[in-house]
Amino acid sequence: MSQLQATPVADKADLGASLREFWHYFSVNRGAVIGLVVFTLLVLVAIFAPLIAPHSPDQQFRDAILTPPVWDAMGDPRFLLGTDPVGRDVLSRLIHGARYSLFIGLFVVVGALFVGVILGVLAGYFGGWVDALIMRVMDIILAFPSLLLALVLVAILGPGLFNAMVAIAVVLQPHFARLVRAAVMAEKNREYVTAAKMSGAGHLRLMLVTILPNCLGPLIVQATLSFSNAILDAAALGFLGMGAQPPTPEWGTMLATAREFILRAPWVVTFPGLAILITVLAINLIGDGMRDALDPKLKRS
Amino acid sequence: MTLMKSLLAATAVLALTAGAAQAKQLVYCSEASPAHFDPGPLTGGNDFDASSHTIYDRLVQFEPGGTATIPGLAESWDISEDGKEITFHLRPGVKFHTTSYFTPTRDLNADDVIFSFERQWKEDNAWYAYLEGMTWDYFQGMDMARYIQEIRKDDDLTVTFVLTEPNAPMIANLAMDFAAIVSKEYADQLEASGDLASFSTQPVGTGPFMLVDYQLDTVIRYQAFPDYWDGKQPIDDLVFAITTDPSVRAQRLLAGECDIMSYPAPADIAQLQADQNLTVMEQEGLNIGYMSYNVTEAPFDNVNVRKALSMAIDKAAIIEAVYQGAGEDAKNLIPPTMWSYNDAVAADVYDPEKAKELLAEAGVTNLTTDLWAMPVSRPYNPNAQRVAELIQADWAAVGVTANIVTYEWTEYRERGKAEDRKGPFQIGWTGDNGDPDNFFATLFSCSAIGVSNYSSWCNEEFEDLIQKAKTTSDQEERAELYRQAQEIFKAEEPAMTLAHSRVFMPMKKTVLNYKMSPLGNHSFKGVDIEE
Amino acid sequence: MLNFILRRLALIVPTVIGITLCAFFFVRVLPGDPILAMAGQHGVTPERYEILREQFGYNLPLWQQYFNYLGNVLQGNFGVSLATKRPVITEFMTLFPATIELALVAMIFAVVVGIPAGIFAAVKRGSWFDQLTMGVALTGYSMPIFWWGLLLIIFFSGYLGWTPVSGRIALTFFLRPITGFMLIDTLLYGNWPAFVSALRHLILPAVVLGTIPLAVIARQTRSAMLEVLGEDYVRTARAKGLSARRVVNVHALRNALIPVITTIGLQVGLLLGGAILTETIFSWPGIGKWMIDSISKRDYVVVQSGLLLIALIVMAVNLAVDVLYAVINPRIRVK
Repeated sequence: MSQLQATPVADKADLGASLREFWHYFSVNRGAVIGLVVFTLLVLVAIFAPLIAPHSPDQQFRDAILTPPVWDAMGDPRFLLGTDPVGRDVLSRLIHGARYSLFIGLFVVVGALFVGVILGVLAGYFGGWVDALIMRVMDIILAFPSLLLALVLVAILGPGLFNAMVAIAVVLQPHFARLVRAAVMAEKNREYVTAAKMSGAGHLRLMLVTILPNCLGPLIVQATLSFSNAILDAAALGFLGMGAQPPTPEWGTMLATAREFILRAPWVVTFPGLAILITVLAINLIGDGMRDALDPKLKRS
Repeated sequence: MTLMKSLLAATAVLALTAGAAQAKQLVYCSEASPAHFDPGPLTGGNDFDASSHTIYDRLVQFEPGGTATIPGLAESWDISEDGKEITFHLRPGVKFHTTSYFTPTRDLNADDVIFSFERQWKEDNAWYAYLEGMTWDYFQGMDMARYIQEIRKDDDLTVTFVLTEPNAPMIANLAMDFAAIVSKEYADQLEASGDLASFSTQPVGTGPFMLVDYQLDTVIRYQAFPDYWDGKQPIDDLVFAITTDPSVRAQRLLAGECDIMSYPAPADIAQLQADQNLTVMEQEGLNIGYMSYNVTEAPFDNVNVRKALSMAIDKAAIIEAVYQGAGEDAKNLIPPTMWSYNDAVAADVYDPEKAKELLAEAGVTNLTTDLWAMPVSRPYNPNAQRVAELIQADWAAVGVTANIVTYEWTEYRERGKAEDRKGPFQIGWTGDNGDPDNFFATLFSCSAIGVSNYSSWCNEEFEDLIQKAKTTSDQEERAELYRQAQEIFKAEEPAMTLAHSRVFMPMKKTVLNYKMSPLGNHSFKGVDIEE
Repeated sequence: MLNFILRRLALIVPTVIGITLCAFFFVRVLPGDPILAMAGQHGVTPERYEILREQFGYNLPLWQQYFNYLGNVLQGNFGVSLATKRPVITEFMTLFPATIELALVAMIFAVVVGIPAGIFAAVKRGSWFDQLTMGVALTGYSMPIFWWGLLLIIFFSGYLGWTPVSGRIALTFFLRPITGFMLIDTLLYGNWPAFVSALRHLILPAVVLGTIPLAVIARQTRSAMLEVLGEDYVRTARAKGLSARRVVNVHALRNALIPVITTIGLQVGLLLGGAILTETIFSWPGIGKWMIDSISKRDYVVVQSGLLLIALIVMAVNLAVDVLYAVINPRIRVK
C-alpha cells in the first residue's frame, strides 16, 4: 500500500488525462472488466427490481410451497428458481435482495469512509496527542475480531438491518483511518503543502483541499475492498440471525431461514449463497483491477 | 483419494473391532449442553434429560410414555381424609451411586427426601444459595412454599407432606424433575470440605445411570448403575453427543454417528422416515402454540375484533408450511390427549369475508398492529417468524397491517408480560405434569397476569371454574369444570390457539423399547440396543 | 531489539485498558437484565432480586463496578458463567484448545497449499496455471464461508459419506483430555486409530476456515514473489546464467517470504472471527460457538470476559508478529 501515491492534482485537464490513463490500465485487465460488467448488471437489476422480478418478493403462493427450480421435473414455469418455505418466488426475492446487498455495501462504505477519513486526517495532520488518542481507539477496535465485535454491537443495538450496517461500518472504519493518517503524514511535509501553507491556507483547507485529494488512490481501493467485506459481513450477521430480519429478502437472512431445508430443498440455500458469492467476486475483481491500474509499480512491468 | 480410502478403511476396521469388544453403548444426539447436573434449580428439558432422568429418581414418577403417576422411590402413599397430608412410604434398600468422589455408607432414607426439598425452600438452609446467583425456579415458580406447610419425618422410611390446603395436582408436581431426590450424606460431605459447588458438577443420585465424564459442549458419558433398585439397565454405556443444530443431528444419525436423536427439524422428517435403517417414532405433543391478544388494549378489548383476526388466519396453511404436517389444528388450549379435553367445542373456521364484516361492524378500519414472533424454535412452534410472515399476509388480505417484532428470548418474554404490550404475541407451552391445571391456571388465571398470562385476561367465570377444579379431588368432577372453562375460553378468544405439534423421535431400528414421553423428556431407562 | 520490544509494550498498555473498558461497558449496555437472565422462566421475587443485585455488586455505581471488575481480572478472576455457574476462565481453557487446534490446522492447510501455489503462479506468470490459481484464489477470498461449509457438509459428509458430520472424534473413543488438543492427546495415549479419527473430523472444518487465509496467502505470495523477481539482484543472478530454479529457491524466495509471514500473523484475528461461523456450522466445541451461544443466551459474564480474553490473545499474537518481523527485517526497528 505504501507505494501507492498519486501525483499532486492540479487542474481539470490533468484530471481528465489521469482518468483516461486509469481506464487504459483498468481495461487491459480482463477480470476487472468482467467484474465491472457483472456489477453494472447487478446495479441495474437492483434499480429496476420491481420491473424485472416476475413476482412480488412478499407474495405467498400457498399452493406452491417449496417448488423446485424450473429444470427439475417437479418444477413450475412460474418460478424459475423455485419457491421458498412459504411459497415466495426465490428469483424475485434474489432480485429484490440485490437492492439490500448493494445498499448495505454503499451505506457501510460511505459511513466508514466518512468517519475514517475525518479521524485519519485529524490524526495525521495534527499528530501529537490527537494522533495518539485516535490511533489507540482504532487499535482497540482492531484488537477484537471484526465479526465478533459486530455481533456484540448488534446485540447491544438490537438485531436488524440498520443496526447491522452501523456495526459493520464501525468495525471497518479503522482501516480507512489508518490509511488516511499514513498518507497525510507522508504528504504533509511535501513541497506543495508547504507552499500552500506559506500562501496562508487554513487548517481545514490544507487538510481537505490540498492533502486529501492526493490520498484518493489507496482510499478508492480500500473502499472497494470494504464494499465486498460489508456485504459478506452483513450476510454473516444475517446468517447468525443478527442481521436483517425476515421477511426482508436479504441474501444472508434468506440463507439462514432456509437452512433447515438444505437436504429437502437445496435450491433455497444454494441460490442466495451463489448470489452473495457472485456479487462479492465481481466487486473484488473490480478492486483488483483498480489497484493494479493505480499502482505505478505494476504499470511499469 | 487413496489416502482418504485407507483412512476410511482404518476407521472402519477399528469401529468393527471396537464394537465387538465393547460393552453395549447407546449414543443419543442431544440438542443442547446441560447447564449442570443438579435438576433442582434448572429449567431446560435438555438439563433434565442429562440429570433428572439419568442420574436421579423422584418419590413418584410418570409412567414411561405417559402422564399417570406411578411409584418411584416411594413404594406407596396415603392421602389423609381432609386431603391435607400425604404420607409417602419409601422403598427400602435403595442405593446411591458409588463414584470416584463419593462412597455412600447408608441407603436412601427420609432425611434425603426432606433435604431435597428444604434446600429449595428454607432460606437458612446452607444449600439454598450454594451456587452464585442461583434461584430454585420451579419450586418458587410453582409456589410450592405456599402449598407445603411442613415435611415431616415419621420414621426412616416414612415421610409426610403437610399441606396448607387440599391440592389435587400435588402428587403430579412431585413427579416433576425439580423434585429429584438427592443424597444428604453427599451434601454433608461436601459441606464439610467446603466445596459446595461440586454438588452440581459431580452428581450423586439413585438413578439408573451414573455420570462418568462430561466434556463441555461436546459429550456426556454415563455408565449403568449396577445396584439400581429397579435392576441394572440393559445397556452398559450411555453417551449424549451434544449437537445443537437439528440438521446436523439428522446427518449424524443418517451417518450412524448416533443411535437416536431428539427434535428433528420438520424439514428432515421425510428423509429420515425414508431411510431403511431408521424408525421415526411419533406422538401427540403435550403442548400448545398460541397467540395472545392483549385484552386490555384497544381494539383487542373487543371480543369481535379478536374473533375476526383469528378468523382471518389460514391455520391450515400455517400448519402445512411451518409445522410441515407435524402439527394439529388446536381448537382448545389443552391437547386432545389430555383428560378433560372438550371435543364439543367447535373448530375455528378460516373465513376472511366474515372477518372483514366483523371488523367493519366493530368500526375497525386500517388497523396497524405489532405482531410478535419468538426468536427461538420451540416444539410447540418450530418457527414463529415464519408463522408471523404467513399471518402478516393473511391479515393484509382483510386490511390489517402487521409489523413483525422480535427480541432476544428473555427480553421477549419480559416485554410480552407487560400489561400495556401492543399487539398479538406468539407464545406456547409444553406441559410439565399432564394435569390440566398446569395449562389453565399457569397460562390464563388472574394471578398469572404479569407472569405468564400474556393476554392480561382475567375472566371471573373462567377463574372460578379453574380454582374450584384445583381444590376438588374427584377427577370426573374436575374434568367437567375444565370442559366448561374451555367453552368460555373459546367464546372469549383471549388467544388464538394455533396448533399442537407432533413430536418425532428418529432412531436406528436396533434401538429397542424406547418410549416417547408426552412431557417431552428423553429417558433411556429400560432401553436396549440390538447388536 | 529490547528497546523496540519495550516501546511496543508501552504502546499496548493504553490499548489494553481501553479493551477492558470496552468489554465492560459493551456488556453493561446490552439490553436485558443480568439478574433476570440468570433466573429461569418463572423469574425471581423482588426481595430475591435485591439480594442478588447486591451479591453481584450491580447496585454499586458503574465506575466502582468497573474497578471491581478490573481488580478481579488482574487477579485472574474472570467471573462465573450465569448459565452454568462455572468459572469463565475454566470454560475458556477447556474450549480454547479446540479453537486453536482448528485454527492451526486451517492455517497449516492455507500455508502448505497457498505458498507453493503463489510461487508457482508468479514464476509462470500469465500462464493458464497462474490465471486459474488467481481465479480460484479470488473466488475463495469472496466466499461466504458459512454457505461454503454447508455445501461441503452436504457433499462430503451427506452425499459421499467420506467425512464425519460433526464432532472432534468418533464417540467410540473415550479419551480424557490431557492437553485438550485432540491430535496431540490421541498420540500421547498412543492410540493411532483415535488420531486418524480426530484428523478426519478436522478436515472439513479446517478447509472451510482455511479457505480465506489460503486465498490471501496465495495472492500475497504471488505478488511478493513478482516484486522480488523484478528486483535488480535477481535479474543479475539470472543474467549470470543461474538456473531458474536456483534463482527462485535461493534468492527470491527468502525475500518474498518476509511480507508473507506478516500476512499470516495478521490472519489470526480473522481466523478467530471465521471460527465463530465455522464452529457454528460444524457444532465444533470451541470458543467461537461458546461466544455466540453466550450472546444469544445473554450470559453477560461470559460475553464480557470472553471478549476481553479474545482481544488480549489477538493483541499478543500481533505483538509477536511485530517482534518476529523486526527480527527478520532489521530496517523496521529504526522507524
